[in-house]
Amino acid sequence: MRRLRDRRGLLPYALLAPGLLWLIIFFLIPLGYMLDVALQVGDLETGFERTFNLWVFPDSISQYSDQLLRSFLYAGIATVIALVVGFPLAYFIAFRGGRWRNALLLLVILPFFITYLVRTLSWQTILADDGLIVDSLKTVGILGDDGRLLATTSAVVAGITYNFLPFMVLPIYASLEQIDRRVLEAGSDLYGRRRDVVARVVVPMSMPGLVAGVLLTFIPAAGDFINAELLGTPRQFMIGNVIQSRFLEVSDYPTAAALSFILMAVILVMVAAYARMVGTEALTGVERQARH
Amino acid sequence: MVATGRRLLHHSLSAYAVLALGYLLAPIAIILLFSFNDPAGRFNFEWKSFTLDNWANAFEVSDLTDAFVTSLEVAVVATVISTILGTLMALALVRYEFRGRPPVNFFIFLPLATPEVVLGAALLSVFLSFSAATGFVTIVIAHVMFCVSFVVVTVRSRLIGFDRSLEEAAQDLGATGPQTFLRVTLPLIMPGVLAGGLLAFALSIDDYVITSFNSGSTVTYPLWIFGASQRGVPPQVNVLAAMIFLFTVAIMVFTVWQQRRAEKLAGALAE
Repeated sequence: MRRLRDRRGLLPYALLAPGLLWLIIFFLIPLGYMLDVALQVGDLETGFERTFNLWVFPDSISQYSDQLLRSFLYAGIATVIALVVGFPLAYFIAFRGGRWRNALLLLVILPFFITYLVRTLSWQTILADDGLIVDSLKTVGILGDDGRLLATTSAVVAGITYNFLPFMVLPIYASLEQIDRRVLEAGSDLYGRRRDVVARVVVPMSMPGLVAGVLLTFIPAAGDFINAELLGTPRQFMIGNVIQSRFLEVSDYPTAAALSFILMAVILVMVAAYARMVGTEALTGVERQARH
Repeated sequence: MVATGRRLLHHSLSAYAVLALGYLLAPIAIILLFSFNDPAGRFNFEWKSFTLDNWANAFEVSDLTDAFVTSLEVAVVATVISTILGTLMALALVRYEFRGRPPVNFFIFLPLATPEVVLGAALLSVFLSFSAATGFVTIVIAHVMFCVSFVVVTVRSRLIGFDRSLEEAAQDLGATGPQTFLRVTLPLIMPGVLAGGLLAFALSIDDYVITSFNSGSTVTYPLWIFGASQRGVPPQVNVLAAMIFLFTVAIMVFTVWQQRRAEKLAGALAE
């Protein structure tokens, strides 16, 4: 689409200004304040003092290394499962959905119509100690007599995967849907076997959606603490749980702010590394496709 | 052999897709089912017996109803503000060539790539530094902040492919700039704006994480549920969730039906 070069030149800035200001004041500047809070020392009673205490970063990393590692481990596992579950589902909807495609897509986003917390609470019902799943697993012998699913790592990871699965399916579907059927036919003429067509044509062409899906799943999963809180125990707590309780329960603002920074920094580094790995083209490809 | 293998693969993919959809939908079925449960204790986790009482007394838990109303108020205000701000930004980004467009695009993307817990904590740092009291206003500020980028992305994707010649036609016919915007541009981009607004509303009414940092003593619907998850969840939580769910599904189905009808009508006229 052709863009106008505005005669007065100021109109685009005027349109942007209110929204940009809101984001600068309530998103960008707060990150600076958070850094400021991280570098203070003190507690709620005696007050906080600016000491530029840079030790807060290594200190909080070593103190909460378990929770940090757990966050990225759980988020990683959840992302891989979401990919394994989500890609075939997106593929099915895109290529076999036929006239039911939109209805199937609606089913994928249905969970969004129920409050996140209520959805997660319903997993407490599903995985409950005397619930259907635990009982059947005990009958089959997979779970011991005193075995349980609730309050375990599996429950937390399953909850995270569940909550972010639609974020994996939707972008993958969006890029699969744009693949021209004729390209697939050409692919089967060339390679013959469906497996080769999927590996050499479908997967590469759905790369923008795959990349977007992985990021949209991994980032919120790494910062999540609801699933660990409702489906796990303190032994499953992630960095989000620590940040929340340090900030809101024990008023240890510097540690909480430092941990938030560390979480954000690690995610940015991982996203940058990931972008290098898959090629920035795949990252910006989403944008490029949308522009056509 | 090859043919059977292929058919097997064909059916196993369908079965796999059905299982995946089951994973997504099972909790919804449980939530709807348990809205009709008559729980024995404070928690609504175990099926006892069927009752319609919860639906008849849906608004009986007054704290929950208050929190729900607060959430609706927050969502309406935050949706209106973020939809206006986001639509203006999307218009600027799609329609004009100006210096600094790439960095602005990147900056708008940043909040989407930041974990919610960081967004909430950062904003709270500001309120702490100014000793500002947190409450309704700070919740709205936070919600607008995280909704704006989503609105920009949604509206932008609908603006691409917008047919400029209609505006030019309006101006050739003597319409002024504001007239063209209100009578031609706005109606045409309305579906995108509505989609952005709906998304903002859904995000706002659902948010627990960011709100928990900036709520003060104000209690929203998700905050109330979180508190209840520690001390006992009444079945009314399921009833309200089911109400929102059915309401949204009804709207979706109605919109799709309307669209189909309009398409059919257009098709009939074209013939």
